[in-house]
Amino acid sequence: MTAKELAPDIAIPEEVADNVFITSLNTIYNWSRRNSIWPMVFGLACCAIEMICAASSRYDLSRFGMEVFRATPRQSDLMIVSGTVTKKMVPTIVRLYNQMPEPRYVLSMGACANGGGPFKEGYNVVDGIDKFIPVDVYVPGCPPTPQALIHGLISLQEKIDQQSITNVPWYSKDDPGEFLPIPVLGPDLIDMRQLDIIRAEAKAAEKEDAALAESAE
Amino acid sequence: MYGLGVLKGLGITLKHFFRTFSDEVKWSAKGGRYYNDDALAVRQSLKTEGAITVMYPEEKLEAPERFRFVPFLVMDDPATGQKAGKDWCTSCGICAKVCPPQCIWIERGKLPNGRPKPEPLNFYIDIDICMNCGYCAEFCPFDAIKMDHDFEIASYDRSAAHIHDKERLSKPISYWRSIAPGRAADEEQARIEEEEKKKKKKRK
Amino acid sequence: MAETTIEVLENEAPAMDPVEAAVSALKEQFPELTDDARPNYSGLMVPADKLLEVAQNLRDEQGFNYLSSVTGVDLIDDGKLEVVYHTYNLDKGGSSVVLKTQVERDNPNVPSLVPLWPGADFQEREAYDLLGINFEGHPDLRRILMWDGFEGYPLRKDWKEAYYEEDHKPFGSRWPGGEVFRAEERNLYGKNVAYPRGWMPQNLDADTDDEIYAGMSVNRPKSKTDIRTDQVTVNIGPQHPSTHGVFRMVVTMDGETVLKLKPVMGYLHRNHEKIGERNTFLGNIPYTDRLDYISSMSNNHGYVLAIEKLLGSQVPERAEWIRILMVELTRIVNHLWSIGFLINDLGAFQTAMLYLTIERELVLDFFEAAAGSRMMCNYMRFGGLAFDLPREVRGQETTAFLDELVHTRLPKILDELDTFLTGNEIVRERSVGIGKMTREQAISYSTCGPMLRASGVQYDVRRAEPYSYYDQLDFDIPVRYNGDVWDRYMVRVMEMHESLRILRQVLPHLKATKGGSILDGKPQYNVRIPKGGEAYGRVENPKGELGYYVTAKPKGTNPERYHIRAPSFINLTPLELMSVGHKVADLVVVLGSIDIVLGETDR
Repeated sequence: MTAKELAPDIAIPEEVADNVFITSLNTIYNWSRRNSIWPMVFGLACCAIEMICAASSRYDLSRFGMEVFRATPRQSDLMIVSGTVTKKMVPTIVRLYNQMPEPRYVLSMGACANGGGPFKEGYNVVDGIDKFIPVDVYVPGCPPTPQALIHGLISLQEKIDQQSITNVPWYSKDDPGEFLPIPVLGPDLIDMRQLDIIRAEAKAAEKEDAALAESAE
Repeated sequence: MYGLGVLKGLGITLKHFFRTFSDEVKWSAKGGRYYNDDALAVRQSLKTEGAITVMYPEEKLEAPERFRFVPFLVMDDPATGQKAGKDWCTSCGICAKVCPPQCIWIERGKLPNGRPKPEPLNFYIDIDICMNCGYCAEFCPFDAIKMDHDFEIASYDRSAAHIHDKERLSKPISYWRSIAPGRAADEEQARIEEEEKKKKKKRK
Repeated sequence: MAETTIEVLENEAPAMDPVEAAVSALKEQFPELTDDARPNYSGLMVPADKLLEVAQNLRDEQGFNYLSSVTGVDLIDDGKLEVVYHTYNLDKGGSSVVLKTQVERDNPNVPSLVPLWPGADFQEREAYDLLGINFEGHPDLRRILMWDGFEGYPLRKDWKEAYYEEDHKPFGSRWPGGEVFRAEERNLYGKNVAYPRGWMPQNLDADTDDEIYAGMSVNRPKSKTDIRTDQVTVNIGPQHPSTHGVFRMVVTMDGETVLKLKPVMGYLHRNHEKIGERNTFLGNIPYTDRLDYISSMSNNHGYVLAIEKLLGSQVPERAEWIRILMVELTRIVNHLWSIGFLINDLGAFQTAMLYLTIERELVLDFFEAAAGSRMMCNYMRFGGLAFDLPREVRGQETTAFLDELVHTRLPKILDELDTFLTGNEIVRERSVGIGKMTREQAISYSTCGPMLRASGVQYDVRRAEPYSYYDQLDFDIPVRYNGDVWDRYMVRVMEMHESLRILRQVLPHLKATKGGSILDGKPQYNVRIPKGGEAYGRVENPKGELGYYVTAKPKGTNPERYHIRAPSFINLTPLELMSVGHKVADLVVVLGSIDIVLGETDR
């Protein structure tokens, strides 16, 4: 494989086009990243217990270099959203995600984090963390067994393997890292990106009410 | 005495370390402690000594017959050259009724005259809602829905992959026999007995 | 093991049932009290203005000194809200005296019982939060599970959430014309949200936490020689490694000393009760697994006991023995886990956990083989069990496996634990005298389980109001008297030994009843409560008294009210009491010694 095919947007002089430098560098770059993914200590619900089990004696995440659970988002590469995300909790989660440095990954563990799970219909439950932060890997199950979680982590490693140092966004000057708007707790959870829809809806309701009042007169 | 407790604690760590080591020596002549099915079976049983680690993904912990992950639908083994066999499901709807989080959608088949046909036209399970409780399999009167053992279904995208349709759900009966031989045999036995009872009734 | 005190409860046969005695005495003194006349309901109806007097009399004169559960019920058909109080006599044991107060739905004012029992604090706040009952005289009546500013009272029957589909499950859209949809596709915002009609977003910068921080500063007189220090208010949690989940404490500190503490919860409030009131009776069993997810078997047990009371089913002998087997194994597993985490909080990061989880994993293997899942067992059914014991576990015949587990493996780990933790002076230094709670405080704060027993109250539901076959089993209730972290730890260690003792007695019964029936009647997916009524089922969970208050309408297929008296939730009430004056590092240990699980705290 030539460098040209790998990174078509980079101008490479003709004489070094067949250089394998970038491929090897990618291999080393990804190899070192995939084997030292530090997750954040971030347990939400039932799945967190299985996550702890995956990290402890029997399943032993340290075989993958992932046992270094960091208590602060500033030092972690991976957020394992392990359990039901509630509306009360989601501002904190988005804030934590914003605090993580690039490259950062999010693994959504279990039915609840994926899409609300059995608690989806609940009034305080967010049906899927991917509605607020981008998710890289989804692990289904309720709860996923530790082995299923590890399978998800291996899928994440495979995803990392496919990234290339030449086009990952975090080295680009134009991309300072995504800062997601933090949802606000009002009468219900408010996604700041949807303020326009909420306002339009309120105005429409106002008009409707006015029209109703008029027709009543 | 201060420090004694710490020493005792360290002693336990040391004990576990040496146990793992001696266990490794013990297995070295018999194919090694790791990546060896016999050694894995012993290491995961009550006889385990020292480190209990399962070397997933190379080694996998055996799932017991009753293990439940997301459900699947049973169909007959497909005839050669065909993709799907006959569904066992009669779309009676018991699984959809009993499902606690209501993650099963069934569209019942229709005969040309508009009457219900005992097979599902469509069958969906939203695995983002499913709580793996196993009620559908437990209460199915036709043994047509079972809990799968395949947990390796992590995905990069859930928009389409996480609503399992009939095609994705259907698996041949031979698969069920392979993952839960004991239960499959019991169920078969029960079905045969039931059939015989019916036959006797008819004769009477 | 030093200082081990184990007492045996004496089985005295009381002359008259204490509940009857108390009820008749109360009726004599307060002629306005009436019995709850609804069929299959029990308890005393108390007018709201008499409630404080009656409760005081009940506590001081009749000896019903323990307020176990406070909850509200929405009687929408009568236009009333009802508050239900369950009180127990800790000295004599036995059943409960239930007080009920009904108030108008539009004007729900009930006097607060916090002056009598501080343990009513969180429970009344919960009833205020979810049902909008106003407790007059409550010192700090704020929302507890939802946030301040949330619209409406979700547990009221006429309140509907964004993804509301129907009042009862099963939903009509699933069968026979099941066209699959995701609920978000039908919502304007694509999310599980709904706003009041015509609501315009304003003041979004306002901090919803303002009320939490209000009153957090403490005036402390200082002498002239004191070093000048500033008070600082910090948040511990909701994302913090030592809060055991998404629990949050707002702490005011002087230097490192805790001056004031407010627990903030609800970060895992996943609407268990609202969903449970829509679910079928059977459908609630797997949901109970997700309450205290470390000990799902015990959660199942409490719930099926409550429903069995309503159904009147008879549990076969073998099923009862298997239930005890599962529940006691769960107790050991839970205590191993909680001790592991307590040691984690003490600073021995992970080491103890790693060893203790090995045994936990082996027990989970057994659960997985029997019930199909490691954690979410969903094993018990009304009138029995889902399955009999499996044929084999990890390649070993089940009876042999259990024998080895109970007689060899588990005693060995308990010995090991005694060697490297109980005898360890760091553990002792860090835990003796920390987080003290006296006997009186423990009772008035409605604490339960190891918390109560470490403060010198020998109360265990298994003995006080025996269920299952616990009256036939020989075991002691460990009790200690200092009420500190060390005593709570010791009570847990001793309880594990007692559980082993029970298990040794259970195993022969399992062999004797082999092949016996495990379910009363046939498996039924459509459980109906024929006559309706109410039931309160309670069990001694590893974390304390777990109660289920269920009411049903005649022929109902789903509960009308489904309330959980969660031990982890109520045990948090005295957290401030226990931790003020200690250092932050000790606060973490105090919290660890309560042994909370957020799934149950927030439900």
